[in-house]
Amino acid sequence: MTMTIQVRGLSRVFAGAGGSTPALLDVDLDVAEREFVCILGPSGCGKSTLLNLVAGFLRPSAGEVRVNGRRVTGPGADRGVVFQEYVLFPWLTVAGNVEFGLRLSGAAAAERRGTVARYLELVGLAAHAAKYPVQLSGGMKQRVAIARALANNPSIILMDEPFGALDAQTREVLQDELGRIQRVEHKTVLFVTHSIREAVYLADRVVVMTSAPGRIKQIVSIKLPEVRDRFAPEFTQYESEITRTVKEEVAKVHE
Amino acid sequence: MSRARAVALIGVLVAWALVSYGNVALELMNPVLLPTPGQVAAVLADTVADGTLVRHVGTSLGRVAVGFGIAAAAALSLGILAAMCVPLRLTVEPIIEFVRPIPPLAFLPMFLVWFGLGEASKIAFIGYTTFFPMFIAIAAAVLRVDVPLLRAAASLGAGRLDLIARVIVPAALPGIIVALRLGFALALFVIVGAEFMGADAGLGHLIMEGRTFFVPAQIVMGALVLALLGSLVNALLLAAERRLFRWREAAATS
Repeated sequence: MTMTIQVRGLSRVFAGAGGSTPALLDVDLDVAEREFVCILGPSGCGKSTLLNLVAGFLRPSAGEVRVNGRRVTGPGADRGVVFQEYVLFPWLTVAGNVEFGLRLSGAAAAERRGTVARYLELVGLAAHAAKYPVQLSGGMKQRVAIARALANNPSIILMDEPFGALDAQTREVLQDELGRIQRVEHKTVLFVTHSIREAVYLADRVVVMTSAPGRIKQIVSIKLPEVRDRFAPEFTQYESEITRTVKEEVAKVHE
Repeated sequence: MSRARAVALIGVLVAWALVSYGNVALELMNPVLLPTPGQVAAVLADTVADGTLVRHVGTSLGRVAVGFGIAAAAALSLGILAAMCVPLRLTVEPIIEFVRPIPPLAFLPMFLVWFGLGEASKIAFIGYTTFFPMFIAIAAAVLRVDVPLLRAAASLGAGRLDLIARVIVPAALPGIIVALRLGFALALFVIVGAEFMGADAGLGHLIMEGRTFFVPAQIVMGALVLALLGSLVNALLLAAERRLFRWREAAATS
């Protein structure tokens, strides 16, 4: 069976003023179809670099990323991206943003309308289709961004700390919604976060990374029911287990 | 127009009337040298009546439209290209930095030598004058487009041309419109100079004629028509801009 995402010996070095720093070193990772994988680690551990390499925004210094067997050489419509800062097109309405990818692929007007309506419904924004991004709250903007990525029907969704800029309440509401959406859409998801709780709540597997240079320290399979309870004893057990692993890493940085 | 602006404009008119008619009454200087609003209006009425004003305005605007149009098309395509292509930018930059400080009028005689006294020299001169500032402003506006916007579009399947048409142009449009306004104002600015030399029609020619035949009222009238044209075009572009950028005002009205 070929994996949806295959990362092999992936390294990325950034050249800076004080010499070059390896952000990511020799990372191997397989993500199966329909799997939800969270990349977890302290800031500067290269987790966003890993995501940007899979997205094709960056070129690897060594190694390669394969998506559905094909080597990644640049960004493409098979990998939808949701950014921390939403990155909506401010000159387009909510519907126009969601429609963007469909227009590029040349979908017929009727089909576009149907798809846009379906995904705005899915993220609970059907009533806001005609608004512009400046009129929306952060949480609403991120829902639009999620609908925009899904409407384009990519095989993979890449999410780079998508709820990192939101307040705690909105964050949990959107985690719930993303869980619900995933039970409908069954996408292959690579989700970067520094929140252990968020990772345990959403992921099938949590990839814990070490910092400077970024490597994979441990991969934890979360064997919890699809609909999760943040206060269940099993949930908190995963949380404390992963917390211990991450703490070792944070401590190492401060040594 | 706001009330304050109307008051300011009327104030200027009243001051002009007081000084010029006062001068006529007191003869502080030769009244011919300081035309009154009445004299200017009379010249305006005459030139409107015999159709010469319309002809001159039409000639000038035609030259501006063609010269500015060519320069705008070139500045837009080359500006986007230069912003997207680093080697091209690095090649073009020093050339532009060298040419830019030369006052365009210094080259006007060269254009007359190259293109003769006809339309071509005026059009080429306006094109030359307006191209550089527009090119620089458009390239800068394109360079300011957020990289994440391009990444978002690319991950939705946008190719190079889609990126230009659907992301770069709309994202840079506020800056592009400013560049075009600047270029158009500059075109009106220099066409007069170009028409001072070897032209048989146009507002610059009309103004120069006022000097040759010693009709100061005609000089003032020509200048006022230019002011009117400039603010009219500016108002049109601003209105277009407001319509185009409704999304920026959406927040305020919701």
